[in-house]
Amino acid sequence: MKFAKTIFLGTFLTLALILTSLGNIAKADWQPQRPIEFVIMAGQGGGADRLARFIQSIIETHDLSPQPVIPINKGGGSGAEALRYLKDSAGNPHIVMATLNSYYTTPLRNPGLGVNIEEFTPIARLAEDTFILWVNSETDIMSVDDYVTAVKAAGSEDWIMGGTGTGQEDSLVTGMLQTAYGFEVTYVPYSGGGTVAKNLIGNHVNSTVNNPSEQMGFYEAGQSRPLAALTPERIPAFPDVPTFAELGHPELVYFMQRSVVAPGGIEADVQAFYRDLFEKVYASDEWKEYCSSKALQCAWLVGDELQSYFTSERDKHEEMLRAAGEIE
Amino acid sequence: MDGFAVAFEPLNLAMMMLGCLMGLFIGAIPGLGSVNGVAILLPITFFVPPTSAVIFLAAIYYGAMYGGAISSIMLGIPGASTAVATTFDGRPMAIKGLADRALIAAAIASFVGGTISVIYFTLFAPPLANFALRFGSTEEFALMVLAFATFIGLGGDDIPKTIFMILFGLVLSSVGLDIISGHPRLIFFDLPGFYKGISFIVLAIGIYGIGEMLWTLEQAQGKVEIAKHTFGIKRGVETLKMLWRRSKLNMFLSSTLGYFVGILPAAGATPGSLMAYGMARSMAKNPEEYGRGNVNGVVAPEAANNAASTGSLLPMLTLGIPGSPTTAILLGGMIIWGLEPGPLLFSQHPEFVWGLIASLYAANLFTVILNLSLIPVFIWILRTPFTILAPIIFVLCFVGGFAPASSMHDVWLILIFGVVGYLMRKLDYPMAPLVLAIVLGPLAEKSFRQTMIAEHGDMTIFLTRPISLICLIAALGLIIYPLYLVRQRRKAKLNMEAPKS
Repeated sequence: MKFAKTIFLGTFLTLALILTSLGNIAKADWQPQRPIEFVIMAGQGGGADRLARFIQSIIETHDLSPQPVIPINKGGGSGAEALRYLKDSAGNPHIVMATLNSYYTTPLRNPGLGVNIEEFTPIARLAEDTFILWVNSETDIMSVDDYVTAVKAAGSEDWIMGGTGTGQEDSLVTGMLQTAYGFEVTYVPYSGGGTVAKNLIGNHVNSTVNNPSEQMGFYEAGQSRPLAALTPERIPAFPDVPTFAELGHPELVYFMQRSVVAPGGIEADVQAFYRDLFEKVYASDEWKEYCSSKALQCAWLVGDELQSYFTSERDKHEEMLRAAGEIE
Repeated sequence: MDGFAVAFEPLNLAMMMLGCLMGLFIGAIPGLGSVNGVAILLPITFFVPPTSAVIFLAAIYYGAMYGGAISSIMLGIPGASTAVATTFDGRPMAIKGLADRALIAAAIASFVGGTISVIYFTLFAPPLANFALRFGSTEEFALMVLAFATFIGLGGDDIPKTIFMILFGLVLSSVGLDIISGHPRLIFFDLPGFYKGISFIVLAIGIYGIGEMLWTLEQAQGKVEIAKHTFGIKRGVETLKMLWRRSKLNMFLSSTLGYFVGILPAAGATPGSLMAYGMARSMAKNPEEYGRGNVNGVVAPEAANNAASTGSLLPMLTLGIPGSPTTAILLGGMIIWGLEPGPLLFSQHPEFVWGLIASLYAANLFTVILNLSLIPVFIWILRTPFTILAPIIFVLCFVGGFAPASSMHDVWLILIFGVVGYLMRKLDYPMAPLVLAIVLGPLAEKSFRQTMIAEHGDMTIFLTRPISLICLIAALGLIIYPLYLVRQRRKAKLNMEAPKS
């Protein structure tokens, strides 16, 4: 018995010691008191992940934050894991999240998740990412016309479009292409844009609608071929790639917003701290260089304007999802 | 050879040594794996040249692979997810008083695994990158089937119990949000903590840490005396000789397997080490000794996890796809340092690639020396009276479970799994298949569903793709062969008993 007591007492004392040290976090006039979690709504290696880590590097090299910023991937269920985490962290000032468009679509598709994005605190929009239709360069598909002919010849069963999770950006863009050109494809969801890109090069899928940054390595090695961009103007990094608008489909325009949000219920001075932090990121030379080399469009937006941008984009996506039969 | 010149630049050498040392400690602390370590230390590297930075991070990664084994063996708590398989036999060896042997075996196996894989890397990087490209979801699923088959096959007479544990693990692995559609599944009692799924490290710490402790306490009844731990040069040399005699083939095969699993995108070192353990056991002459302190049960996962950690650098460098969570962070680092991963990296930045490879050779050598010389210290820690050690282990379990996700939910789960693990152990259920299922379950499910969507539910694809077919045939063999053995043994038994009756 004495033995058991000793063990019990020892466990208790050591635990108590550790828990008090963990809980000892004072709240002062607002500066982060511990490392900031930078939640990423997607898996490792995709566009969202690379971007978040790049932002982290800007923050660290310019010493913009008194505490380290630590990226954490919560990519499960098209970002549902991250959204739920943000909801459950209401009032926690040490969490921010990098968003994609699944920020709108995932809560729409999973009402059971109980997430309403209007409850979150908008911080800043840093950029809008672009989309391009890609095929493997081993194919002899040189233009969108060739592409449409090839897809129609193969039939929906045998033409595989790889993309990120169902109901996410890639699948919506695929839906837009299907409506515009009147073909059908089989859509296979993968866990991240990086994996999607690799599956195109390995010939496991026939085409993708990757962001330029995800295909850049393969494109430079001559392994993938861009056909057309879903932008109103040509992308400066791809001057020879036409836009769908030039090809007679001006409705084929789609962007992915790259923003930062925080949980709901945080103080105004916390929001101000993060807004200043990301404004410095946005103003850095590295950020401008990244936007141009990775073919993103820098597009700063904050505060209430950002929140109303989010809600209007969400309403647009609701219509798109309804049109795609994803929601009722 | 220029690579070695890069690796031995004073700054790079210093970064490598520092990285190994830090990795060793990060790996040894339960719950703090190389992923956390690399993520926390990544910012340091923004201030040194890219080559030195990646050398530093790779050294941490490497060091953590060694370090993970230390707490697996000494405390029975996996220091990192990659070292779970090391607890299966490492802990029983320590209880028997063979901790020094287990630690030496782990260090040597890690060294061999690391070295063999670096050699593969040096010689065959471009063709292997092509191999990784050909691996689609079909092949991935077939590989998962093969992994499960190794564990069913080695269930011995207890095949039903093994299958039950795999199924139990698969159920646990499907808790959380559906991988493809994002719909919630099995959210027990509507607890939000289940949305993130049941983390594998929580299960492992519960079952191996808490469950194991409860078991030991019951066995000991207060008069605890874990066998005396000794260490000496002579014993060390004997161990080395024994390893050469009994484990050389195992080391080589496990390293090779680990390397190949490592280069497949998204698999990583944890499945690699579990599969190597399964393979070693199914090939052994005395599989019943595994799980009770067979040195080959330490050698296989340790060789494999180091080999896999090198392997997973390959898809990262050539395809821009991380082979494991840790390399995903390294990948982020490369982009920050201005290096574009992809097929052109080898030709555009040879000094980076070959400098990295050369420093892996050096890191390997350095960590094995470091580890062997630290063994007396570890043994000395193990001599701590059990009444002091046990509470520390309990606390480490809770901290290790809490730290990765900062969630009290996980701490409660650890307690529950601890009790479940203890009861199952009393009922003689094998734990390894459960751990395997929760690691591989999500991978298997995802790849199966991707294949089925692409093929419109047509399963023949698994038989028409060559790599997939080979895996499935091997899996079938692994299941049938032990069943056949069991039948033979039963027949032999019946024949022996027949004359009596």
